Amino acid sequence: MSDTYKISPDETGEAQAGPLTLPLDGWHRARGGRMVAFAGYWMPVQYEGIIAEHLWTRTHAGFFDVSHMGQLYIAGEGAEAAIEAVLPIDLSTLPLGGVRYSLLLDDNGGILDDLMVTRWGSGFYLVVNGATKHDDIAHLRASLPDAVSLTHLADSALFALQGPEAFAALAPLVGGEHPLSALSFMRGASFTLGGVEAWISRSGYTGEDGFEIAVPAESASVIADLICAQPQVKPIGLGARDSLRLEAGLPLYGHDMTPDVDPVSADLLFGINKRRRGDGGFPGADRILSLIDTGSVTRRVGLVLEGRMAAREGAKVLWGEAEVGSVTSGGFSPSLEKPIAMATVAAELARPGTQLVIDVRGRKIAATVTPMPFVPHRYHRKGAA
Amino acid sequence: MPRYFTQDHEWIDVDGTDATVGITDYAQSQLGDITFVELPAAGSSVAKGDSASVVDSVKAASDVYAPVSGTVSETNAALEDEPELVNSAAESDGWLWRMTLSDAAELEGLMDEAAYKTYVEGL
Repeated sequence: MSDTYKISPDETGEAQAGPLTLPLDGWHRARGGRMVAFAGYWMPVQYEGIIAEHLWTRTHAGFFDVSHMGQLYIAGEGAEAAIEAVLPIDLSTLPLGGVRYSLLLDDNGGILDDLMVTRWGSGFYLVVNGATKHDDIAHLRASLPDAVSLTHLADSALFALQGPEAFAALAPLVGGEHPLSALSFMRGASFTLGGVEAWISRSGYTGEDGFEIAVPAESASVIADLICAQPQVKPIGLGARDSLRLEAGLPLYGHDMTPDVDPVSADLLFGINKRRRGDGGFPGADRILSLIDTGSVTRRVGLVLEGRMAAREGAKVLWGEAEVGSVTSGGFSPSLEKPIAMATVAAELARPGTQLVIDVRGRKIAATVTPMPFVPHRYHRKGAA
Repeated sequence: MPRYFTQDHEWIDVDGTDATVGITDYAQSQLGDITFVELPAAGSSVAKGDSASVVDSVKAASDVYAPVSGTVSETNAALEDEPELVNSAAESDGWLWRMTLSDAAELEGLMDEAAYKTYVEGL
């Protein structure tokens, strides 16, 4: 057997001094989490098993420790305009407590990271990927004017509670000015949780209803215990986090998007707000606005494979004999019980229903272009019941 | 019937020149949920150290190497519908393939059960 159970080689961090530990390190180990190096930290890849954890999250509520992610705070005179100069985001339509997806772009329109931006009363709260956070901080600091400060909230832990029972599990634990039910998808507010102040938003990376919860690192294990004591909740590892986001059609940075990929090819135009498509004025705007007009040469698509053999990142996608793209992430879908993948393919082959072939270690596997998400989103949108 | 183990976590039961190959319980526990097993074709010849089979888990695809050289005589058809047998019974019903050895001397470098147990404890 070869020993290939790390998530992906380019996200292991390869930290010179070895992986770092996060606030819940001992907590994960005590609960039987199998720890792997990921984004420069020891993190749990699974507890009881990826499929069981995946299906538990889809039917109950899964607790994820995502404290490796970068939590940043940007404030100061002119912060709003300064952020709009760096990100293709429209902050003029972002209300207090509103959360919005955005993209960090280089001058050529390549994607440096994807991130969430939230309007706080005094400034903006950003959550960026763990593997890229130090580069992001350097990039942002170099781009922001002196009057605008960027603080790395390194003493804050970050959790996600995801699944159809996430609300029922979390609601009785929180207090504050508003009930938890006041939050709809992509809205956040301050609450008290386990005796400390917590920033909670109704958001996540699984396609399910759920919450992301930032708490002081010194309270992390107390709050993790509190949440996981709820009968609906089990801790979930990185393995199921990846299979859940793949089913939800949500791209993963470093795989489905990289500096070599622009937002049009990556099918992430929703990360470039409407006003900015007219006004431009963000890194890479010239190229991206031109690609919006002309269309991109390649496109990110979803594929459902025949049989049970999964295609992994790097597998070639063929149309007839011609190589027309490659898989950017793929695996076995526990919900659908068949292999699914995301791939970059020639744009003219991106239409749903197109029959393609994936070369998996020399075997030719039939695959059909399929609209994403593969498993429907169940977000708690405003106005919905 | 003697059972040998490799450092790559395969086991091989040997009965004269016939042998049965699988992955160890330790290996399946490390791989997690197995969703598909790609088996060698019956009749194909494998050389010691060749990747003869691939075990697909939710996380990754992992090669299974031939512990010794020989010709594949049979593969475990039950794995087609029930790949999770490799998780639940790695060292019995979850066997991968049977083969005829071409050079029994190749067995000499493999570990016995006690040596493998010590090896795994040291990982």
